Amino acid sequence: MADTMQFDLVSPERSLVSVQVREVRLPGTDGDLTAMPGHAPTIVTLRPGIVTVLASDGNATEYAVTGGFAEINHGSVSLLAERGHPREEMTQEVFNDMMADAHRKKKAVEQKHESVGEEIVTAAVKLLADMEALGTHVGLDPNQASVPD
Amino acid sequence: MPSLKDLKNRIGSVKNTRKITKAMQMVAAAKLRRAQEAAEAARPYADRMAAVMAGLTANAAGSESAPRLLAGTGADQKHLLVVMTAERGLAGGFNSSIVKLARQHAEKLRGQGKDVTILTVGKKGREQLKRDYGDAFVNHVDLSEVKRVGYENARAIADEVLDRFEAGEFDIATIFYNRFESVISQIPTARQVIPAEAPQADAVDVSALYDYEPGEEALLADLLPRSVATQIFAALLENAASEQGARMSAMDNATRNAGDMIDRLTTEYNRTRQAAITKELIEIISGAEAL
Repeated sequence: MADTMQFDLVSPERSLVSVQVREVRLPGTDGDLTAMPGHAPTIVTLRPGIVTVLASDGNATEYAVTGGFAEINHGSVSLLAERGHPREEMTQEVFNDMMADAHRKKKAVEQKHESVGEEIVTAAVKLLADMEALGTHVGLDPNQASVPD
Repeated sequence: MPSLKDLKNRIGSVKNTRKITKAMQMVAAAKLRRAQEAAEAARPYADRMAAVMAGLTANAAGSESAPRLLAGTGADQKHLLVVMTAERGLAGGFNSSIVKLARQHAEKLRGQGKDVTILTVGKKGREQLKRDYGDAFVNHVDLSEVKRVGYENARAIADEVLDRFEAGEFDIATIFYNRFESVISQIPTARQVIPAEAPQADAVDVSALYDYEPGEEALLADLLPRSVATQIFAALLENAASEQGARMSAMDNATRNAGDMIDRLTTEYNRTRQAAITKELIEIISGAEAL
């Protein structure tokens, strides 16, 4: 069996990364998972978090992603994220933007509480919490983001 | 017969027009290249998304509990037309062709007794549809401040459409845009986005192998809205490329026409000038002969 596989990180606007990797650690909605060559074909949704990519030479690269899913095959992992940034590019500014987005979503859902049901509100709250955790993890302050009214 | 001075002025003004159309053509050509690159860069995401969606929808389409975004509301009485045009004119038939298609569509639906509402994206389409369908407008998305369409713009439109769907304002949503075929050919296209169209039969067999985490239905509920946004984004990008392509060929034509016109006017100018000279000569000669 091949010891590397193809990893692609694509956003709606462009393809961000396309490399050969040894393993990929993904923040799945229901829990983290690691994909290695020969993984059973799986499609998994992701929570906001850090994706760690172990390149074929053993170097690890980290990416912060939000809102996406991954398609895992025997020899490839394709990660489709609405936003993806290499960890070095995760500045407070970018993060503030993401936080504001999550706040906005939560607000919108809460306003329509009656019609959408408890589950979706919980999901939005969870999204916000995940986002905060992501920021704390990379050492950014979640409280700097402007909270829209 | 226009005087020499008039002709000279006209030639001057047509020359200025030619300069402007030439400049617009070159600007459009540069923008077109960027727009095409953007459309190209967005393709991997859209393709993957479509492939995954095809598998998921094929599995879920038959089931009773399929989400409404996929199965529809069970009615087709209320239609939402999302008409995407440009913010600027001077792009040949670009805006008109989209509006024409949307208009045909709306007429057909109204003829069948359906309710039609319209969401316009881009100023030009709104202007052209206002007279006949002004009362059917639900909202307008203004992109005039946007230099380069991003996924954010598409998501904002998608969110608005999805909100209206949730509120039961329509059963079926169709987007209208120009598909970019080549620089000289853009094809006005109507595409139904809600409920999601049934996938092609040949896409189905690959998908059955996947494990889904979380469950298939949760995944579908998560991906369907995203798929709508992706489709709208793809349409916006196609539209942007088409607009520049249409403008480029329109301005190319205009430049050529201006050139022809200058040639014609110059000939006329020279003839008139020669006629004046001949006339003066005749006058001098006949004056000399009379002596």
